Amino acid sequence: MSKQSFVYVTYIKTTPEKLWAALTDPAMMKKYWFGAFAETDWKPGSAWSLRFEDGRIADAGTILEAEPGKRLVIRWRNEWSEEIKAEGWSRCTMTLELYQGIMKLTVHHELEGDGKKFIEAVSGGWPRILSNLKSLLETGSVAYETKA
Amino acid sequence: MKNDLDVVFKALADESRRELLDRLRTENGQTLGDLCARLSKSGAVMTRQAVSKHLAILEDANLVATIKRGREKLHYLNPVLIHEIGERWIGKFERSRLDALSTLKKELEAKNE
Repeated sequence: MSKQSFVYVTYIKTTPEKLWAALTDPAMMKKYWFGAFAETDWKPGSAWSLRFEDGRIADAGTILEAEPGKRLVIRWRNEWSEEIKAEGWSRCTMTLELYQGIMKLTVHHELEGDGKKFIEAVSGGWPRILSNLKSLLETGSVAYETKA
Repeated sequence: MKNDLDVVFKALADESRRELLDRLRTENGQTLGDLCARLSKSGAVMTRQAVSKHLAILEDANLVATIKRGREKLHYLNPVLIHEIGERWIGKFERSRLDALSTLKKELEAKNE
């Protein structure tokens, strides 16, 4: 079990279309991702990058799968920290499912091999981002405006 | 509904279930078999049936998330709701002071040992 992996699940009162838009629309992303946004055309095989508010590249990789309203898989590597970048590639799978009339969003982020810095970055980041996303879709505003 | 807070607090109000969450925090993505093997190694008394029942309650409360890999079911600590609970009662600007207090407590208590 040397492979590091995390799973986060959140239930959001919204529709598959709205959740998909929130996950893929840069303007929507900025609202709950502390100003960060993705740059890609969301087609399998296309380049993907996650950019900070000021445009610097935070993470980069490739779209592996994209099925609107259902599933998104990204090959993902950190770009801003040499230390985390050296820990190598990860794979992030987002699954959207309808569950009792609301949406279940599962984020499964896996790193090949060991990665201490990567673990810190992932486990510190996703819970806040997902809380913000849920709050944005359900109430129209987020809990965290900026990264503390 | 799955994110009903009553369900979350009921799930947390049990020492064995908190122990299981601690175990997953130490090593995420364990199977029922992994958890049972490690528990019995450390001398904890929990039958496989009990572990399985507690895991189902934790999963129902969305404190544990599972992924199927082949025939195996891997269990992960899902801290999203715990994060939301913290968010609800911790003010925006209190976090750094609380972190400092918690670090101080840990350091002082470690020195006492």
